[in-house]
Amino acid sequence: MVTNLQERPAQHAATQIKAEVRNLNFYYGEFKSLKSVSMSLEERKVTALIGPSGCGKSTLLRCFNRMHDLYPGNRYEGEINLKPDDVNILSKDVDPIEVRMRIGMVFQKPNPFPKSIYENVAYGLRVRGVKSRARIDEQVEQALRDAALWEEAKNRLDDLAFNLSGGQQQRLCIARALAADPEIVLFDEPTSALDPIATASIEELISSLKKKVTILIVTHNMQQAARVSDYTAYMYLGELIEFGETDAIFVKPKRKETEDYITGRFG
Amino acid sequence: MNGMNMNTATASAPSAPLRDLGAMRARIKSGILRQQIFAITGILFTSFAVLVLLAAFLDLLFDGLPRLSWDFLTNFPSRRAEQAGILSAWVGSALVMLVTMLAAVPVAIGAAIYLEEYAGKNWFTDLIEINVTNLAGVPSIVYGLLALGLFVYHFGFGESILAAGLTLALLILPIIIVSSREALRAVPIHIREAAYGMGATRWQMISDHLLPYSRGGILTGVILGMAEAIGQTAPIITIGALTFIAFLPPMPVTGEFPFLSLQWVWSEFTVLPIQMYNWVSRPDKAFQLNAAAAGVVLLAMTLMMNGLAIYLRYQVRKKIKW
Repeated sequence: MVTNLQERPAQHAATQIKAEVRNLNFYYGEFKSLKSVSMSLEERKVTALIGPSGCGKSTLLRCFNRMHDLYPGNRYEGEINLKPDDVNILSKDVDPIEVRMRIGMVFQKPNPFPKSIYENVAYGLRVRGVKSRARIDEQVEQALRDAALWEEAKNRLDDLAFNLSGGQQQRLCIARALAADPEIVLFDEPTSALDPIATASIEELISSLKKKVTILIVTHNMQQAARVSDYTAYMYLGELIEFGETDAIFVKPKRKETEDYITGRFG
Repeated sequence: MNGMNMNTATASAPSAPLRDLGAMRARIKSGILRQQIFAITGILFTSFAVLVLLAAFLDLLFDGLPRLSWDFLTNFPSRRAEQAGILSAWVGSALVMLVTMLAAVPVAIGAAIYLEEYAGKNWFTDLIEINVTNLAGVPSIVYGLLALGLFVYHFGFGESILAAGLTLALLILPIIIVSSREALRAVPIHIREAAYGMGATRWQMISDHLLPYSRGGILTGVILGMAEAIGQTAPIITIGALTFIAFLPPMPVTGEFPFLSLQWVWSEFTVLPIQMYNWVSRPDKAFQLNAAAAGVVLLAMTLMMNGLAIYLRYQVRKKIKW
């Protein structure tokens, strides 16, 4: 963690924007749950969304893969522009399936399919029409290696995913997302259902994954945000209160509300 | 009574010490006593229900079992009770069930998928839902009348296996639809979101995940529906099944190309419950024993189907835990 903080200035010059949120409003029916949010995700960085329950952090995360489209009565206003092609992924002209193929997601509770370990990781490739067994084998192994699960799983690929422990299941879900080679991976409180040791291994994994992929993570654990993220956004009641480099947010926040939350005075 | 005492005691005398161990133990004792009284009453009621059923079953078994033999299964009905068998009846039942299954299962599962996964919330969906629920409560004789008008006369299917199979299919559609919908609904939302999150289309989510994971529940519904259909008598009589039949429908497999024949669907037929009904209504005691024996066969078929349903449910529950 400490080394990460020290490396940052050197990497900083080379960063590029991967996605840009502009004036995003989101409505659950009549209820406006995101109010004019603007921020950006740096390529190959970890951006954390923090804030008290109901602040809209998960709602914002789920805009990135159009999960809200699955339920009636939800409405987006504004833009999330994905670089480099500058597509507004919230546009009605963009199919949510295309968005989900480009942006993977890891959920709060480990949710492997009741299939084998192998089939779980291979599913993204099957959806994308990959037929070659050799290619699927190769990508499954790579994804499991990237998710630090290969050593534990290589001899039991045909086992049911449910036979893995909770932490292993979450790493399997990460492998499942990685196998489809996403441009961004969304993590929605990925450790809230895990014990401290499994949590530590997932955090370590997230820090190593940013070499390959851009990461957006929602967490209600501020220490976690401080440990894994490069940028942090503090949200409250659907508004983005403060957004900046993680050390700046945690060491000297500009806004009083952010400071109150971070120092534990509320939330 | 004891409960009332307790209430008045605590209400009128707030000074009664709650920590009084003697009173506490007495209260626990009387609580346990009442609990045991209820348990014993429950056991009595339950065993009464089970015993009555068991008695009916044993009576049938005692009457019918001596009559059961290979000949009984392979003989046609006859004027002489000792020579009579249920060949045409069980073959008829099996073929009618085949038509019922082929017609009901795809329609019911399709309807369940549509209602659970595709239908929006509007008045049209509500209308379908109300209809499906009410269809389950329609008396089976009404289905028989509908089928007589629609299948037998209007479509000109005649008094055939096809008409009977389709009638029973209508009858069990609501059963399969309702249980399939429950099975689909039991797949948790986080599994659906996981599939969609990978970029699956709605149909990929359904065919790769929902259907495989709810297979056990759907199959259970299908089997229970079939068990319901195999015992149906009234609608089959209404559409005009024969009560005495001494021939088999044309065989589905033939000696000449294309080796499969559908001629049997047009054949006249009888089914087990009708054969039973026919024998029961005879004054001769020997025919009544025949009816009991046919009842044992019918019961065995139904029990086997139910057993299979329980086994499947158990197998699936063992594999899938959410």
